[in-house]
Amino acid sequence: MRNALLAVLLVSPCFGIVGTMVVGNRMAFFSDVIGHSALTGIAIGVLIGVTDPRPVMILFAALLAVLINIFLEMTKAANDTVIGVFFAATIALGVAILSRGGSFNKFTVYLVGDILSVTPVEILFLSVMFLAVVLFWIFFGNAIALVAVDPALAYGKFSPLMVRTAFSILVAVVVILSIRWVGILIINSLFILPAAAARIRSRTLRAYLVRSVALSVVSGVSGLILSFYTGSACGATIVLCASALYGLVVGWNVIIGKFHS
Amino acid sequence: MRALDGIDLHFHCGELTAVIGPNGGGKSTLLKALLGKLPYRGEIHFRPNGKDEKRPRIGYVPQRVNIPPDSPMSVLDLLSISRSRVPVWFRVPRHLRDKIQQSLEMVSAGNLINRRIGELSGGELQRVLLAGAIDPLPDILLLDEPVSGVDAKGLSLFYETICDLRRNFDISIILVSHDLAAIAPHADRMILINKKIIAEGKPSDVLADPACISIMGTFLFDAKQIPVDSRVHGGRP
Repeated sequence: MRNALLAVLLVSPCFGIVGTMVVGNRMAFFSDVIGHSALTGIAIGVLIGVTDPRPVMILFAALLAVLINIFLEMTKAANDTVIGVFFAATIALGVAILSRGGSFNKFTVYLVGDILSVTPVEILFLSVMFLAVVLFWIFFGNAIALVAVDPALAYGKFSPLMVRTAFSILVAVVVILSIRWVGILIINSLFILPAAAARIRSRTLRAYLVRSVALSVVSGVSGLILSFYTGSACGATIVLCASALYGLVVGWNVIIGKFHS
Repeated sequence: MRALDGIDLHFHCGELTAVIGPNGGGKSTLLKALLGKLPYRGEIHFRPNGKDEKRPRIGYVPQRVNIPPDSPMSVLDLLSISRSRVPVWFRVPRHLRDKIQQSLEMVSAGNLINRRIGELSGGELQRVLLAGAIDPLPDILLLDEPVSGVDAKGLSLFYETICDLRRNFDISIILVSHDLAAIAPHADRMILINKKIIAEGKPSDVLADPACISIMGTFLFDAKQIPVDSRVHGGRP
């Protein structure tokens, strides 16, 4: 339980931070594909016979992230169409591979997540992930924030495509390192909910970030504790807490009359 | 296929040049070429004191910036990002904040520093973008249709601000506009472009030029009676 708490305290700020720009750059569908691609990453790992599928999963997710970005840049089709295509193909590939031999059951732990089984070594990985997120934010935070407003503002300073692709790879890394603990089915919600709630009425980027991280950590810890007593999956319970917080934030703003549609 | 041909122009410090012309005539193309956004053949020379050549620092205010209305970014955030590599997600240092407040005050936007960028009106956003373009002070300021979507009061404030800048800092300002009536009193020089230079010179002359009238149409006011802004010539002949 203590390990699980430590894991949550490392993972939830990462989702709070990265989520601000997943939401800010309208990348919720994109992060959804990356989340689900974990399944396909596992499938490929199983196919080539590795014991720990995570390096394969990270490589696959990162490759998918880069491919989608390149494709979006080249095509005139709508974002959700393109991502939808990649989503469909990726998921189908994963399910097709894993269901061969009828042994899909042993992979459900990745769908639902199992944070109570986290070990100290894995917590080390999570610490590195946390550090990577903070470093990315220090060096590329301004750039990604500018791209979120209008990529044209980046003119002369940097390439929006490069920054978005680098950010996509960060998303892929955060997803794959966290997927075992929170589960494929709900991982995307962890990016979206705290940031979406924080975005309402935040007047500066700093407030946006701080609130997103705070909401994420509060949902994480309360979700973990609640799931311990109710026996339900931790990831899902965290998301329910995050949803409740979102509802409270919206409700409060409606009451004070400052919630604009 | 060439969008523009045979453009040979001189711009001077302290001069406000209006570039006018029909839609698709190449006004924005000229700006983009100056910015290096489009390929072109030819040369651009910048000689600030008449002899030594260097690369000009260009300030650019784009025609349109699409700001998501729910963006949690403040004006201070936006201008900090353009000025500095300090991450705005954590803290904006005091000295940076003060400098930005100064730039905003130069464009009559000092009260906007803490506003959310998504809540700014068209005119307010223009002035914020202008504040971003003039700090650090550029050699050349390029303004691309800066007054589309701006109300009348915002327009006159904007032009006043531009004239003040031109007078106080001796920078060369090139302004692309289709709003002839608004820009004519303020410009020192006007250039009519339609794939090439059709007319060039003082605004009153250009607007009275038959070639200009045939392309741009006649106006509701007599071009020869454009009120000469006394600040434009500032006592100079």
